[in-house]
Amino acid sequence: MLKQHHPWKVDRVSFEKEIPSVTSTTVSPSPRQAASVHPDPGAFRRRWGLPFLFFVLMIAFALSLSLGSVRIPLREVVAALFGWESANPVWPRIIHLIRLPKALTAVLAGAALSASGLQMQTLFRNPLADSSVLGINAGASLGVALVVLSVSATGSVFLGLGLLGNLGLVAAASLGSATVLSVVLGVSRKVQSALTLLILGLMFGYVTGALVSLLIYFSIPEQVQAYLVWTFGSFGGVTWGQMKVMAPALLAGLVIAHALIKPMNALLLGEAYARSLGLSVKRARFWTLISASLLAGGTTAFCGPIAFLGLAVPHLCRSLFQTSDHRVLMPAVALMGGALALLADLAAQMPGGRTILPLNAVTSLIGAPVVIWVILRGRTHREALAP
Amino acid sequence: MTEPILTTCNLSIGYASPRHSPRVVAEDITTSLCAGELVCLIGPNGAGKSTLMRTLVGLQPPLQGHVLLDGVDIHNLKPKDLARAISIVLTDRISVGILSVYALVALGRHPHTDWTGRLRPEDETAVRGAIEAVGAGRLAHRNVSDLSDGERQRVMIARALAQEPRLMVLDEPTAFLDLPRRVETMRLLKHLARSTMRAILLSTHDLDLALRCADLVWLLPPGGPLRVGSPEDLVLTGAFEAAFRGDGVAFDASTGGFRIEDAGDNPVGLVGEGLPAFWTIRALERERFQVVAQGGDLLNPRIEVVSENGGTFWRSTVGRVVCEHRSLYEVISTLRRVRGDRFITMGQASRKGI
Repeated sequence: MLKQHHPWKVDRVSFEKEIPSVTSTTVSPSPRQAASVHPDPGAFRRRWGLPFLFFVLMIAFALSLSLGSVRIPLREVVAALFGWESANPVWPRIIHLIRLPKALTAVLAGAALSASGLQMQTLFRNPLADSSVLGINAGASLGVALVVLSVSATGSVFLGLGLLGNLGLVAAASLGSATVLSVVLGVSRKVQSALTLLILGLMFGYVTGALVSLLIYFSIPEQVQAYLVWTFGSFGGVTWGQMKVMAPALLAGLVIAHALIKPMNALLLGEAYARSLGLSVKRARFWTLISASLLAGGTTAFCGPIAFLGLAVPHLCRSLFQTSDHRVLMPAVALMGGALALLADLAAQMPGGRTILPLNAVTSLIGAPVVIWVILRGRTHREALAP
Repeated sequence: MTEPILTTCNLSIGYASPRHSPRVVAEDITTSLCAGELVCLIGPNGAGKSTLMRTLVGLQPPLQGHVLLDGVDIHNLKPKDLARAISIVLTDRISVGILSVYALVALGRHPHTDWTGRLRPEDETAVRGAIEAVGAGRLAHRNVSDLSDGERQRVMIARALAQEPRLMVLDEPTAFLDLPRRVETMRLLKHLARSTMRAILLSTHDLDLALRCADLVWLLPPGGPLRVGSPEDLVLTGAFEAAFRGDGVAFDASTGGFRIEDAGDNPVGLVGEGLPAFWTIRALERERFQVVAQGGDLLNPRIEVVSENGGTFWRSTVGRVVCEHRSLYEVISTLRRVRGDRFITMGQASRKGI
């Protein structure tokens, strides 16, 4: 049945007659070979990996609703979510006003940063790439720095308002990253190679970084501290009102990212092969940048520049699933990114109970050793690094 | 001749530049690629083989003229339709990260699958068939990064095959392979061209292999024009000799290989026959001696190849000194001492293209 439809299905008899040296060792299916065709070492991981990650995400989500400065029993968490009667009238309010938006933000932001990190690593064929290479973080930082540091007359207003969750900061960060991104996007339509784009993005990052340093240099310590607090990153500042802007933007970015799975897979082979497969590389690149900017720009605007997740999660997922196939990786990084963001946020507030550590410090302190361990342990760690 | 799949019409290839005049690599190429034929594109480095191939597969626009696929200009084809007709194998070793052979070959189904990239049963069959066709069945679940160069090349050919194109274009598919692997790859490609009625175009520096395997040779000398013909025709018309004439190397039509032309200014006489004599000549030529076989017994210095009781030894006569040697290495060492070599300048050209 297979034979008649497929012209390349080689007629073995003639094959062996013509090129015996090839066929005798490799083509004729000996019992051993026939058996080894079927078991696929990575199949188990690929089948159960996603459900496992989803399970971890759910656990982390439940924990982050339950744990905090006030400990709320899981049963009460469920009750609060479904609007049932609660033993303590404060608990539902804590969950609704603080913990639920924070947990949702963490899940969305973690998924968004990881997905955009995966996109950047594939697009630029560079294992060290994440959304920061596009200058998104730098642009957002510049926007925030301009607002916080340069407006000395109104600076006190910002300081007084409580820094995170301030809509002015969000607007500044969005504007800053959007500006840098539109420049990068505009350039990307002219530029042939992704490597040039990578270098341009890094250069934009340096320029904005330098501008921020200048601003810091001429600012008073209170303003500098206000700016620094923003750079620590936090999931806690997003209100339900802001969620109405952030969630659609990040979800749209995630939807585009999943729609780009097939082009991303073609790009694994490099741009020449991708083109030979019928892919319009420029168009794929353009939509990838749109998606990545929605994901990373949206997250940075609302949560600050959160380091490390976007870089680390794709590597962890490749190592876990033993594949670079985006059909597996894309949903996997979204789930793992969400889960890790929740866990990092939990870790940031666990130790003292009352004090909350800077989120960026936690993601890097916990994340870096984990990634080092995973990469060194990996059988093919050189290739595991490659996008 | 079967039906042509790809034809070119007054094609000029090269690089257009907005500021300078375009750099033309070769012009006026009118030729065709036919189903079931293996065509080898050969030419010296820098002659524009890669440029020609890139232009033929649509990765680069021609300066002038057209590339026609079944009579339609490939630049009017949708990328997806072009991808269903032509697949490529590039020479650079790409790093694809962690992919199994099966997953890599499945990437070849890209132009056939829907937007999700999901493999339908017929895609799976095509992938499996392509892997079997290159004899990589037992590699299917191996990681691509664990493969040897030869295995990897097979897998890349399988990927191109899974695309189910009508024309496969391969840029130096034998470049990183050892000799048995090169022969294997060429045989495989020839077989694929015949058994699947595809056209296959490949570039190579492997002249000997191309001469033995190709149905048709495209010979691209620097500056053009492209010469097309069966390998033997091109040898007989002297096109090969003209294309590869260069410093110290010449194509030898009588052997079908390259001869290193070094000014052999030290004549050495040779007496002997058969296989030992042949390799003695090779050894002497390697050392840039001018071997005189006819009337060699009158010359001094001279080497006699003596076969005795199934063994071979060499007798050298230098001036009045006569020595016997057990190996050619000894012979050469003796002659080198006589010539007074301080260091040996061989091998500058010996690797070139052979």
